[in-house]
Amino acid sequence: MYPEEFQYTKDHEWIRVDGDTGTIGITDHAQKELGDIVYVELPKSGDAVTAAETFGTVESVKAVSEIYSPVTGEVTAVNNKLQEHPELLNSDPHAGAWLIRVHLSEPQEVEKLMSSEQYEAYIREAESQ
Amino acid sequence: MATLAESGPKRTALYSVHKAAGARMTEFGGWEMPIEYTGITQEHLAVRTRAGLFDVSHMGEITVRGPKALAFLQSITCNDVSRLSDHQAQYSALMYSEGSAVDDCVVHRMGENDYFICVNAANTNKDFAWLVEHNSAGAELENVSRQYSQLALQGPRATAILTKVTDADLASIRTYWFTPARCCGVEGILARTGYTGEDGFEFYFSPEHSVHVWSTLLEAGKDEGLQPAGLGARNTLRLEAGYALYGHELDENTTLLEANLGWICKLDKGEFLGREALLQQREEGVRKKLVGFEMAEPGIARDGYPVWIGGEKVGQVTSGSPAPFLKKNIGLAFVPPEAAQPGYEIMIEIRQRQARARQVILPFYRRPK
Repeated sequence: MYPEEFQYTKDHEWIRVDGDTGTIGITDHAQKELGDIVYVELPKSGDAVTAAETFGTVESVKAVSEIYSPVTGEVTAVNNKLQEHPELLNSDPHAGAWLIRVHLSEPQEVEKLMSSEQYEAYIREAESQ
Repeated sequence: MATLAESGPKRTALYSVHKAAGARMTEFGGWEMPIEYTGITQEHLAVRTRAGLFDVSHMGEITVRGPKALAFLQSITCNDVSRLSDHQAQYSALMYSEGSAVDDCVVHRMGENDYFICVNAANTNKDFAWLVEHNSAGAELENVSRQYSQLALQGPRATAILTKVTDADLASIRTYWFTPARCCGVEGILARTGYTGEDGFEFYFSPEHSVHVWSTLLEAGKDEGLQPAGLGARNTLRLEAGYALYGHELDENTTLLEANLGWICKLDKGEFLGREALLQQREEGVRKKLVGFEMAEPGIARDGYPVWIGGEKVGQVTSGSPAPFLKKNIGLAFVPPEAAQPGYEIMIEIRQRQARARQVILPFYRRPK
């Protein structure tokens, strides 16, 4: 379910790191919690993002959810498909509905994130409460 | 009916059925209720185009009986209870002397000296205590909420579905009328009421039959596209229909005139709690007015977001959401009365920016005749 090549945050974002670039999205668990996603607000290319700080917003019919960056860096690409098709975040959160790509300025930050195994344990625990 | 969990919110008799159906649960009004099964959008559209079945057993029921019942109800509700015939229901409100609502409610006349009121789940205890406190007339009051489950079958196919499982003559039950009836083999009260803007029915019956009635209705509606619907869709449906939700459009600081509910205030019916305040406000004007709006640029207004006009913060969104059927982002808000005008623009503050919205005529959605 949760790709092994991703790292995960406690706020239910994922990041896939290739060299000094990270691709960031929200997890399947996050999209399920939100329900039907209808609106996405993302930064622009060139904007700075900071680890553990909000960089965008995802809205479902019933709720607004802030998205937190797993890392610090500069936005190099934004998934513009999501403006027209926010529902992709429900159907394909781990691939086609990535949110932004970031040039990592502090690559070591990734080491503090959870592995897929740790993340799965984390959400199992959250769901059992 | 309320079965108490070990601690925390109450559960309806259908709690396990909802869980087994994969519902996402949420706390609402002190109850753990299904917010969605397959998804709010899909459930909302099912109710608008086919039919949806809601467990609304969290709603409260209070009986008012005895020779003083009518006089008592006339003195504490704003609508004119004397206009009701047997088996007729009426949207109304329990009133504070300030002209605001303790709760909004539906008053049902079962017979002479025999009424029952359906009230909001979160307010049931407050309402009952308040009724008892104001019952100098000496009506017989009972909180019978635990004796009823309530299911709402709503949508254009509701009548076709219900016909299969009841001997009641549905065509003879007009909107806001009800009848004692047997549905799915269970005796109860069948009312042509709802909170979705669609045609439909609400069935009150003894909680021990809940699972049977729920599953029999779903089975009867399978070919009609009936599906379970949660409180998420119930909220977006009522918002499209422009219905008030207590705690949002109504509260102790908002008069019924301000909330566009002047049509349920029968100021000429005689004395009732809040009448003086409403009369005075009718003369002097309201302090704020509830308006409907559509977002004119990207952004979704949400409950509590500030409303701006001409660089000034003038009010607040009371309910805001994407409207799944209308495919617009809509909302209700209080604005100064002089600014309340369909077509006029207001600004909604959404996360440190302001987005344009246009006032529209309510309701947002009216079902085709």
